[in-house]
Amino acid sequence: MSEAPEELRYRDSHEWIELGKEIAAVGITDHAQGELGDLVYIELPTVGRVVEAGEAVAVVESVKAASDIYAPVSGEVAEVNLSLESDPGLVNGDPYGSGWLFRLRVRDAAEAAGLLDAAAYRASIGE
Amino acid sequence: MEATDDFPRRHLGSGPADIAAMLSQLGLPSLDALIEAVVPESILLRSPLQLPAALGEREAVARLREIMAANVRRRCFLGQGFAASVMPAVIQRNVLENPGWYTAYTPYQAEVAQGRLEMLLNFQTLVTSLTGLEVANASLLDEATAAAEAMHMALGTHPCGRTFLVSNTCFGHTIDVVRTRAAPLGLRVALVDHESLAWDEWENPFGILVQYPAEDGVVHDFRPVMDEAARRGLTRIAACDPLALVLLRSPAGFGAEIAIGSMQRFGLPLGMGGPHAAFLACSDAWKRRIPGRLVGVSRDSAGRPAFRLALQTREQHIRRDKATSNICTSQVLLAVLAAAYAMYHGPEGLRRIARRVHAMAKALSESLRGLPWVEEAQAPGFDTVVAGVAEGRREMILERAEKRGILLHTRDDGRIGVTLNEAARDEDLRELVWVFGGAPEAVATPAPEEEFAPAHRRTTPLLEEAVFHRYQTETEMMRYLRRLEGRDLALNVSMIPLGSCTMKLNAASQMLALSWPEVMEMHPFAPASQIQGYLRLFEELERWLAVITGFDAVSLQPNAGSQGEYAGLLAIRGYHRSRGEERRNICLIPVSAHGTNPASAVMAGFRVMPVACDREGNIDAADLAAKAEAHAGELAALMVTYPSTHGVFEEGIRELCTLAHRYGGQVYLDGANMNAQVGLCRPADYGADVCHLNLHKTFCIPHGGGGPGVGPIAARAHLAPYLPGHRRFGGSRATGAVCSAPWGSASILTISWTYIAMMGAEGLREATRLAILNANYVARRLEPYFPVLYRGERGWVAHECIIDLRPFRDSAGIEVEDVAKRLMDYGYHSPTMSWPVAGTLMIEPTESESKEELDRFCEAMIAIHGEIVEVASGAADRKDNLLKRAPHTAEALCAEVWERPYSRERAAFPVRWVRENKVWPAVGRIDNAHGDRHLICTCEGVSAYAAGAEAGY
Repeated sequence: MSEAPEELRYRDSHEWIELGKEIAAVGITDHAQGELGDLVYIELPTVGRVVEAGEAVAVVESVKAASDIYAPVSGEVAEVNLSLESDPGLVNGDPYGSGWLFRLRVRDAAEAAGLLDAAAYRASIGE
Repeated sequence: MEATDDFPRRHLGSGPADIAAMLSQLGLPSLDALIEAVVPESILLRSPLQLPAALGEREAVARLREIMAANVRRRCFLGQGFAASVMPAVIQRNVLENPGWYTAYTPYQAEVAQGRLEMLLNFQTLVTSLTGLEVANASLLDEATAAAEAMHMALGTHPCGRTFLVSNTCFGHTIDVVRTRAAPLGLRVALVDHESLAWDEWENPFGILVQYPAEDGVVHDFRPVMDEAARRGLTRIAACDPLALVLLRSPAGFGAEIAIGSMQRFGLPLGMGGPHAAFLACSDAWKRRIPGRLVGVSRDSAGRPAFRLALQTREQHIRRDKATSNICTSQVLLAVLAAAYAMYHGPEGLRRIARRVHAMAKALSESLRGLPWVEEAQAPGFDTVVAGVAEGRREMILERAEKRGILLHTRDDGRIGVTLNEAARDEDLRELVWVFGGAPEAVATPAPEEEFAPAHRRTTPLLEEAVFHRYQTETEMMRYLRRLEGRDLALNVSMIPLGSCTMKLNAASQMLALSWPEVMEMHPFAPASQIQGYLRLFEELERWLAVITGFDAVSLQPNAGSQGEYAGLLAIRGYHRSRGEERRNICLIPVSAHGTNPASAVMAGFRVMPVACDREGNIDAADLAAKAEAHAGELAALMVTYPSTHGVFEEGIRELCTLAHRYGGQVYLDGANMNAQVGLCRPADYGADVCHLNLHKTFCIPHGGGGPGVGPIAARAHLAPYLPGHRRFGGSRATGAVCSAPWGSASILTISWTYIAMMGAEGLREATRLAILNANYVARRLEPYFPVLYRGERGWVAHECIIDLRPFRDSAGIEVEDVAKRLMDYGYHSPTMSWPVAGTLMIEPTESESKEELDRFCEAMIAIHGEIVEVASGAADRKDNLLKRAPHTAEALCAEVWERPYSRERAAFPVRWVRENKVWPAVGRIDNAHGDRHLICTCEGVSAYAAGAEAGY
């Protein structure tokens, strides 16, 4: 049983985003990191890139798989987690904390309302 | 009188008694009854294949020798990327002719593949040293496809790129293949003069390719053009001759970011065009975009350095429709040979060889310069002299060459090219001068130390790593090769039950021709009059493969399965376009397909649309129908694998093909599983339009430890005009070349020819039937212990079976990888892991394994099941157990201290027969994540690593 904090919002493609923040962190869920296994490389977007909700913005790679990461909401990439360059394992160890991927300057706070809450996400992964 | 060396009984693992025993276990009266239950009646072939009667081993070899005797051997100075080289006998005998090297599979199970992984790391180190670039892969298919791969790398960083600039001094075949690749992607290939390049003339140029030395032998200073390309943000790519790089400034030295080329000159025979290992090196910034296999260093469970395939998520079969390359299998055996060649000679030996070649070229050009009818004889950049000769003299020169058995390059521009090589002798030089009308005794003596202009001279160190200095006596080399061989598990040790890979016997008699000069010394561009033996071989093999598949035409050119897929899809593309149906660009591919399918489709310019599969792994016919209908106007192709990737003969295959045709699509059949069909059913008969064959699976070409492969395509008549072309065939085909040589890896076609000749129609059919019997026998023996997934309608599997290990994840915390590694302790290579379904093993026993070997393998699996049960029941620890800590090395077992909760004996000798054939894994379980997080892919890195890990190496 994996963890999914109540205060976050989720996509069914396993990304999470902080709620109610102008600049919101995005990452992948505990469930996703568990399925992927040890991450070895994370391709992050360039700061300043403008992305639409649902657009592929990053790639996380484990030994066996490479998965696209989609923007949960539209906005501009404000910051990326540079410490992942030297330690991609942070995502495995602390997916909701030091393993965040990037921060988005959210264009429309209402967009997040369309995302899943923790309970709905847990249901989507059959937990 | 009947020959006594009939081959099928040697190829087939079981005779009548064992077949009867297996059938009785399955509760079946006969093999016929099994086949009727497995293969759908609607497609079952009722008449024998129309092939010549089977020949005995001796007779087949004699007939092949007779055919190949029609080849005319010449002293070959044709060049154009193929120059004669000398394979040291110690390498020929211990690697090329040694099943310990040539029968291994791609080193996915790294713990029992340390030998060839080490050799591939040596290869990568060799390439990085020659090119001056930081990262090199473990080989590509050939020089031209390597150039195309480099173009894809460049495009990946220039999403808006439109034009790829190619120097007009590149080899013609390289330009052709790059053009073939560029067309479906809507890219333009612009041939340019690098010295007067009008940069602004081209729309969004994204990369530039130059040849070094150039096609006509000139060594240009590419620094200015590379600097300008860099300023404009283009990717700079240099195609290089590795022997020239021994003496010349490295491509990194003039600003190339990517270097490609062929290692053929490092001891690999010409072989009528292949197989040869190509290389690709790049600067560090490109390492995550490099195509093909990459060997890296990680650590094992004891913290010692260990080798493995690194960054596999780059690869085509994982990226699927996002892939940017067309390579899966590479040329491992050839890369091993080339690395061994470099190690045997060492940097000093390589310099001597390169200097001698250069000195001979210089001596020739100087000798020709004095002749009044030689208008110009340009000083050789490295090894090639191109001479313009007076009107009327050309014929005389070519006649003299013919008379003396010398093959020159008759260039399109009227000049004559001579490329010197390692195999050339001093008397050849004298004869060359005579051929040009000079006085042989007046040949300038080759100066031993010919130097280059400072701008061209190599100044950077070459091969300083210890491994290139240690093995230069034959004794040391012989032992090194044996030592590495002993670390690998190949077919000469035990069965390799890899599903979808068809690890059948590679018989010695099929390999003999690879040691014959009339096979190995032929140049791919030699005139037709000199290659009559090969042409006969191609003609017969094409005819036989057409009979076996039911198709009308065959192209032997594609030199890997993935390239066959690509070529087959290009044929479909060409066909639609010829009918004005450019809009047909959707390729329907079931989600169960191998990853190369969507990758090849994208490369051929198609849009991939996945088709769902049902719970049984079969194509969801309703989903297919809905998608085909909805996109009727754009449907280009349906790509299917048969029997399915789940190892099942789908009943509805004929209907699926009809459905695709109804909406205007063509049917591409992935022939990876042809081993289950030969003699029982034919793709053309049930509705396919084109298929590729993996000669390295079904038709006995050994896997070589990860290549070479051959992926010919067979097609119906309406697609025949769109099979791969080649400049050597003239303008007769609408599709361009897909690889360097006209008949791809021609020399190893002798293997498949010999196999078919010795098996005959009946033997081939029996092989298929036995492959199916063996798979069903293994499934039956294992099913009380492991659930067998996916079966046909009547409850049978085809030629392979999938067993489910997922239940043990919950019950015992045991993963599929744990079982794979534990099998090594029993002396077995794991079946295919987690493909096509995660958490499963796919077992393909093939027809060549005896019942005794199948029983041993099953006993190993059953014993492992017992070990899992101990964990599940709590009798064994969930973390510290026989499986989690597998494989067990001799070193770990002999350590002073043993504190594990199980005995050493159980770890090493879990069943009695392991004592008779113990395989000792060279390293413990390898940490994959560590290796990918800290990428090291040269030997230098290993020593640094070993020092850091405080471990001896």
